[in-house]
Amino acid sequence: MSQPLLRVRDLTQHFRVSRTFTAKAVNGVSFDIYPGETFGLVGESGSGKTTIGRSIIRLYDPTSGSVVFQGREISGKLDRDTEGMLRRDMQMIFQDPMSSLNPRKKVASIIGEGLDIHRRYRSKAERDTAVGALLEKVGLSKSHASLYPHQFSGGQRQRVGIARALIMDPKLIIADECISALDVSIQAQVVNLMKDIQEETGCAYLFIAHDLSMVKYISDRIGVLHMGYLVETGTADEIFANPVHPYTKSLLSAVPLPNPKFEKRRRPVAYDCKAEGVDYAVGHERTVAGTHKVLATDDELARWTA
Amino acid sequence: MDMRSDRTVLQIIDLDISFKTSAGVVHAIRGVNVELRKGETVAIVGESGSGKSVSMKAAVGLLAGNATINSGQILYRYVDDDGSEEIVDLLQMPKRQMRSTINGRRIAMVFQNPMTSLDPTMTIGKQVMEGILLHRKVDKQAAARRALELLELVGITHAEARMRSYPHQLSGGMRQRVVIAIALACDPDVLICDEPTTALDVTIQARILELIREVQDRLGLSVIFITHDLGVVAKVADHINVMYAGKIVEVGTVDEIFYDPRHPYTWGLLAAMPDLDTSDARLVSIPGSPPNLLHEPKGDAFAARNPYALAIDEKAEPPMFQVSETHYAATWLLHPDAPKVEMPAELKVRIAHAFEDAKERR
Repeated sequence: MSQPLLRVRDLTQHFRVSRTFTAKAVNGVSFDIYPGETFGLVGESGSGKTTIGRSIIRLYDPTSGSVVFQGREISGKLDRDTEGMLRRDMQMIFQDPMSSLNPRKKVASIIGEGLDIHRRYRSKAERDTAVGALLEKVGLSKSHASLYPHQFSGGQRQRVGIARALIMDPKLIIADECISALDVSIQAQVVNLMKDIQEETGCAYLFIAHDLSMVKYISDRIGVLHMGYLVETGTADEIFANPVHPYTKSLLSAVPLPNPKFEKRRRPVAYDCKAEGVDYAVGHERTVAGTHKVLATDDELARWTA
Repeated sequence: MDMRSDRTVLQIIDLDISFKTSAGVVHAIRGVNVELRKGETVAIVGESGSGKSVSMKAAVGLLAGNATINSGQILYRYVDDDGSEEIVDLLQMPKRQMRSTINGRRIAMVFQNPMTSLDPTMTIGKQVMEGILLHRKVDKQAAARRALELLELVGITHAEARMRSYPHQLSGGMRQRVVIAIALACDPDVLICDEPTTALDVTIQARILELIREVQDRLGLSVIFITHDLGVVAKVADHINVMYAGKIVEVGTVDEIFYDPRHPYTWGLLAAMPDLDTSDARLVSIPGSPPNLLHEPKGDAFAARNPYALAIDEKAEPPMFQVSETHYAATWLLHPDAPKVEMPAELKVRIAHAFEDAKERR
């Protein structure tokens, strides 16, 4: 396979809350993202999925571990050149489009800000054309450029958020729960748009969400996160057809499906890692088959695959 | 006052509500009919702003100050303390009487976000006891015992210790259990759940849904479930009302809505949600966004987003057409003179698949 676009190794992110307590949000997570693919990260709230996204794009300073993006280490101190590359080629779409768009700026300034900072245009007209073209690409119209965020509906606002991420022509977009706050019918529109954009520009997504059916639909590969540990990774089909880790099984059994005859009979599988005596810290990454990997001790792997 | 059948507990008839806002009058509820029978679960499904919460808030007298009820009735049947059966119109009831006889005591509500619906300055025990002390003539010890029972009923471990905890000391799932315990405190007949699991994780959601169903079976409650998640609806509901722009556009049993939907909006909703088997390149989406009810829609409110819209949709609002005894849909496509239109092919495949699946995994 080709070189990974992003290579994360043993990423750890701890937050010191007080002298006696450190929140261990992410513990030794490793995964790769290849150019043009979508990597889905799922897990319950508090599992560290958002933290991983934010550590990668350097909204946090990782405690330890290495993050290599386009062949350059970006987890430590950044030199000017690397930082420029990182800020240009990696972008983020946030969960709540209302709180992530500056209410006092017009859409044109919000989207064009990246162009201004990186001085990526020669004339004002060129900048306006770029913003206008992008607005049309995300399904809005050029005339929307002079409006403020509050004048849009939720779905339209998220389109503005997507346009802002796209203006720099990024290689990797971190989409942090970017459709969770939208209605079902609007979610489908936004997901379709993201797929179209990927086809056109060949960008890769790190898609962070808790909605498993949507993650399965959009992702090529998936990582399941629990309590800051990546417990299982593999292609979408591997994970969904043959989940190995009991947490993944429990998560899958809890997704409500739009099929009443089936759903009314189904009971969720409970999982409690303490009760089962699973200690994530002692497990190692084991290969089940192909690219399908699970965090386990030899014992556990034998038990779970039996 | 007449109700549709003897088993009907709550019946909303032609409810019409508008809100005065700085931008003008928003006609949010435009003639809603909902029927809840004893021991059943009725789901109201719709997008945000479709009016699903507002119509239920009207039933418990929790409408915002700028709301005007233009017309309609909300009939409620209950057995009085002296054993006689009464039917009242909740919209005509004075607020004081409503608070002392209906709210909490006969009709209880579970809200979406347990962090905002619990008082952060009161212990869990106090909050559960509050309603009991208010509505029942019991002393504090008895109320405390009852509160303890309730916390155990909703599956809170170490209930005795938890009585003295504050909401912030509990996890989201535990908090929602407390809210359910509070709702059940005075043995209500009707439980209204307004998006009770939207703020929770799937694993916690599954447990809370199980809990609600368990309690319902044990106590014989009638439940109204407001949600936008069709997966949740498939799990809990007996009857479904699909709501769009302040109107019920399709109503039927859960099987009728999921396996034989008739309204194009329901088609769109079902198709827009990927299930775990979806692998098509694109999701079927409903184009556009819901109408702004500041401007009264002319004709069918869904026409602008409806690929199957007919010329008449622009002019006249469709009435409810009957499909079966329990199944109605408001779309001109069901008119005998309408051209024959089938649901989208993707959805058809999926429904067939769902049918197979249900058989297979039995």
